[in-house]
This record gives sequence, structure tokens and C-alpha cells, in this order.
Amino acid sequence: MSSAAPSSRWTEDAMRKRVRRRYASERWFRGVGFGAVALSVLFLAFLLVTMASKGFGGFSHHEAKLPIDFVRSDLFLDPATLHGPEAAQAVAGADLEGAISKAAVAAYGPAAEEMFGDAAVRELGDAIVANPAMLTGHATLWLPVSSRIDIAAKDRSDDAAEQLVASLEQRDALKRSFNTRFLSASDSTDPSSVGVWGALKGTFLTILVTMALAFPVGVLAAVYLEEFAPRNRWTDAIEVSINNLAAVPSIIFGLLGLAVFLNFMNLPRSAPLVGGMTLALMTMPVIVIAGRNAIKTVPPSIRDAALGVGASKMQVTFHHVLPLALPGILTGTIIGMARALGETAPLLMIGMRAFVAAPPGGIAEPATVLPVQIFLWSDEVDRGFVEKTSAAIIVLLLFMLLMNGLAIYLRNRFERRW
Amino acid sequence: MQMKEKMPITPTTPVPTPSAAIAAEAHAQDLIQKDELPPEPAPALAAVAVSNDAWAERDAGRDPKMTADDISVFYGDKQALKDISIRIYDDRVTAFIGPSGCGKSTFLRCLNRMNDTIPSARVTGRIELDGRDVNGPDMDVVQLRARVGMVFQKPNPFPKSIFENVAYGPRIHGLASSKSELEAIVERSLKRAGLWDEVKDRLQESGTALSGGQQQRLCIARAIAVDPEVILMDEPCSALDPIATAKIEELIHELRGRYAIAIVTHNMQQAARVSQRTAFFHLGELVEYGKTSEIFTNPRQQRTTDYITGRYG
Repeated sequence: MSSAAPSSRWTEDAMRKRVRRRYASERWFRGVGFGAVALSVLFLAFLLVTMASKGFGGFSHHEAKLPIDFVRSDLFLDPATLHGPEAAQAVAGADLEGAISKAAVAAYGPAAEEMFGDAAVRELGDAIVANPAMLTGHATLWLPVSSRIDIAAKDRSDDAAEQLVASLEQRDALKRSFNTRFLSASDSTDPSSVGVWGALKGTFLTILVTMALAFPVGVLAAVYLEEFAPRNRWTDAIEVSINNLAAVPSIIFGLLGLAVFLNFMNLPRSAPLVGGMTLALMTMPVIVIAGRNAIKTVPPSIRDAALGVGASKMQVTFHHVLPLALPGILTGTIIGMARALGETAPLLMIGMRAFVAAPPGGIAEPATVLPVQIFLWSDEVDRGFVEKTSAAIIVLLLFMLLMNGLAIYLRNRFERRW
Repeated sequence: MQMKEKMPITPTTPVPTPSAAIAAEAHAQDLIQKDELPPEPAPALAAVAVSNDAWAERDAGRDPKMTADDISVFYGDKQALKDISIRIYDDRVTAFIGPSGCGKSTFLRCLNRMNDTIPSARVTGRIELDGRDVNGPDMDVVQLRARVGMVFQKPNPFPKSIFENVAYGPRIHGLASSKSELEAIVERSLKRAGLWDEVKDRLQESGTALSGGQQQRLCIARAIAVDPEVILMDEPCSALDPIATAKIEELIHELRGRYAIAIVTHNMQQAARVSQRTAFFHLGELVEYGKTSEIFTNPRQQRTTDYITGRYG
């Protein structure tokens, strides 16, 4: 450089302007980035607040005090016969609903005829089986009110029901309590007696099947393709197909499951087994892609080191490469599983949208899953299902959080530096 | 190595000072070890005319540990090595020198078939270990690599404990029948690698937590642990500082005689200090191969002279 005074160049106006512009563009970029983060946090907060405010009501319900005179009711039940396994059947055969509405009318007037729903009938039945002696006299029980009264008590919107609620409250005959039934029962036509347990168990079984199929198959496919497969046109074709499969809309996998698992293999309809297999098809490409990327990031020097002391290809892979790639593979698996957990469309195709009133006993029994249950409830006409839908969404989100937390914990345990 | 003014060098020009110093050192090294080693044949007087084959003939009195004949390596269509023939003796350190990309590492990797892991690489020619073809059907590549150990350019300990690093080889080859035997192997290997005193109290700590020089000695201990016959070192000191380099060089001296050692190095002083045989590679060809002292004092090829005097490389 032949410039006379190189030091003055840095104080020239053009240079200062350039520096100012550089800082300005950096500030601008930072601002935009911060804005993007703030916006996404805002959306997330909006979602969580909406769900929480709507859904928390679903975890509680109202119970009303009901004095019943069993002697004057038309229940033809003999306390002496109510023993053993036939007791529940005998109680179910009796007209408990009639007895309840008769007692309600007697206690709170004609407007109260329909103030109790299915949930109350079930609880009364359980109470009788537990203590048959009460049939010989009077009893005062706290029973869950029907969905209409429950909503009126919660947000005061229904005029006719409102009056009844007011009169009940005056007599101290109404209380709000935690709805244990919501966590222990299954689907029902009556919103006051629905629960998420059936769907939760179905989800758990389905995910278990998905995990058991997709994880080993996906990881082994990734290992084979990355470490053992010869590089030729066939493996290229397979790679392209796997990448395409990861982008296929989930409903297509549902149709595939319907055609192959149900129509061709004749597996049971609506079962977590088939649901899990269908979701495994969907998750596998994600795990294969993540697995291959994780295996690629293992430094070649580690492979050389192991080969250099005379380890075989398989020993290199399973002693060194796979343990080092595991955190990355688990990250991919978490993403795939979270997607499978929230999936609805493919499960609709294989019949997991059926009305299932009992929790599944195994992977071959009819079941539904939480996202489908949410979809079904959101479609119901009865207003009582609105808050149940939101409550089920909260349960689904918590379940997902729990699973992801577990996966992240496992990933961090396997994480190693090199 | 770099000289301010590069003068044209003719065979009659005296070798410039830095190289002369190296050569003197190399000569001294060879002299010091002379009585421990089998007597070497007297250097040829008409050195200029002597070909590489002639060198092989003069060593013919002893059986070489490894022989390589007419080795050519291709990466796809590109030829990386052209008809290399070298003998490696079990009581010598053989150094491969040459500018970057001249194929010396490629050749080293042929000796224990590490090039097998590169799909595009194709090796022709014949390499023998104790007279048996290493590419032959009766040679198991896994056993070959246990017999011909390797130390790499960048220290690459496993992300495991120091103990596990050394114990891995013996364990996969079933060399120890009990835990105490395995511990004995680990201790012996670390001692031979000159690392035992530094790590004996922290064998369970991660091997990656050691310093660069210690990591490289750990890698040497790992290679020794499977009791190899030949140790290949691919620029083992290029990532190390001078003190760590000196320790590795000392170690190479101590290991000589127990193992046949082949070392690739960029550092000509290092080649002069540690080796008894030197092969000079250039553009995939073996330009010159012979006694280290002669390569450095009396190179027969113009290209060798130019390289060791720092005219290129």
C-alpha cells in the first residue's frame, strides 16, 4: 500500500458512515429476531391461557345433596341378595333413575326432576353395592348434578336452571368438587359422566406399539444405510424414498393401514395394535433421517481409532458409533413420537374414532386415543362437552410434556462429549 | 527450514547449513545405535547410479517384516500412488517424508488396509507381512489391523475412561482371561507409552480430558495394548507442541527394536532424529529410499536434494 497516511483512512466520513450502517443493520436484525420470538411467545401464551381458562372447569363438577327415602321409592331390591358379583348386575337392572328423580322432586320441587344425570345414577348404584343396608331406610347422598345444572352453576347462563341452582345454593345443597370421574372414566353420551382414562390408556398402548416398532426398525435401517450399505443407485433410490415418505400426509398412511392391516391382514378394527402400526409407518422415516444425520456427525477419527486396534465393522458400529449417535437419534425420535402422539387423521381411517365406553384391556381391543377423543367431543352438540374438550386438551398436552421430558432426560443421560 | 534467498542447487553445491545440521544429527543417531543393531551393509560408493531396487538387495540378508511391491493406489480415476516398493524391517524406524498430498499417508494406510474403508480407493500390487499377502484370502483384516497397529495424526482417544481406551483392544480380541490380567496389560501398555506415572491415579477419568501430547501417548498405549508387530504412525506429532513432540520421539526410540515402526512426518528434522530408513515421496512416486543418514547427507536425486534443503514442500 502506498497511501500516505493509512491512519486517517479510518476517520474519513465514508468509513464512519459504513460503520454506522453496519451497526444499524445489526440492530435492525436483532430487533426483528426479538420480535419473532416475542410473537411466538405471545401465541403460545394465548393458547395456554385460553385452554387453561376453558379447560380447568372440566376437572371439577358440582354435586348436590339428595335425601332419598328408599322405603318409599319403587326400588324392588332386597339387601339380602346384594352380595357377590351379581350385586352390580342387580343394581343396574333396577330403576335407579326413576328413584333419583322422584327423590329430587320431593326435595326441591318439580323443576328438579332432571337435575341429576347418568353420573348420579352410577354413583348411587356404587353406593348401594358398597352398603346395601341403606336400602332399608333414609339416606342423604352427594350426587353429581347433570351437565346443564353444572354449567348453570359455573357460568350462570341458563335462566331456568339458574333458579334451581339459586334455590339449591340457598339450602347449602350444592358444592363444587374435583371430578375424579373425568380421570377414571371413559367416553359417554352424557357429558357429566365422561372421562379421559379410556382415551389416555388407548394413547399409551398405541404409542407403545409405535415405539416398539418404529425405534428399532428406524435405528437399524439408519445404521445399515449409513455404515454398511454400498453406495449405489439402489441405496440412492431408497434414500430418496425415505425422504419422500417423511413428507407424505398422514391421512395417506391411514389409508395404507386400512388397506393392508385391516382389509388384507384382517387385524382387529379400532385396536391400538393397528393404530400403533400405522403410526409406526409414519414415524419410521423421521427416525431414519434423524438417525442417519446423527451417525454422520460421529467424527471419522473415532471409527479410524477403533478400526486401527482391530475392531470389526460391527464392533465399531455398536461399541462406538451408535453410543455417540444416540443423543441425536433420540432427539429425532422425540420429534417423531410427539408427531405420532398428536396424530388424528390416520387413526380415523382405521376405525379408532369409534365410541368406546370402556378403557381397552389390551392392544387388540377397541380403543380410541386422546386427539381423536378431543376431535369427537368438539363435534358434540351438548354444551357440556365444550369444557370437557378443553380439559382433554390439557391432559393431552400434559401427557406430551411428560413424554418429552422423559425423552430429554434420557437423551441427556446418554450424551457424551468427544 | 525456509531460506531467505534460494540459490540454485547443483549436485556439486555443498548442502546448506540447516540440512547439514540435520544430517549430522541423523548420522549421530545412527552411530549411537549401531552396536545394538545388526551390522548394516556399507553404503555404496557410486551412490548416484544406485536404484531403489539395489537398496532392497543390500538389505536382503535379513527378512523384512513387511514388503510392499509395485503398490499403486487409485481414488476413482485419479492415481495417488505409482508403483511403490518399500521394505520395512522390524528393528528399524522407517520414515516417510515428502510434501503434502504426495501419498505418504495413503501408502501407510495400505499397510494395514485402512484404505478399505474408503469406497473409491483401489489398491494394486502386493503387500506382505512376514511373507504372507495381507490382501490374500487367508488374511483376516481384523487380525491384520491388530498385528499392524496405527497411531493417527490427530489424537483420537475414545470418549471413554483412560482405562477403557487401553483395555478396548485386548478386550475385543480376548487377550485377557481375567480382570487382573486386563489391568496388567493396561498398566504395561501405559508404562511402555510413558504415560503411566501421569495417569495412574486417574485411570477412570475421560481420555479426552488429557492434554494433546498425553492423548497421543494414550493412543500409542492403545495401539501397543494389542501387542502388534508393526506400528504405523501417521504424522503423530503434527498437532503437538515441541515438548510433547520430544516425548513422543523419545518414546519412538524406546519402542524401536520391540516393534517395526513406520512413521509419516512433515518434519524433516524429526525424520532425521527418529528414523534409520527414510523414503522420500513426491507426487505419488517414491523418489528415493535408503538409509536416513545417506538421504540427508548424500541424496542421489535432485528432487530429494531440493526438498531437504527447503526449496519446496
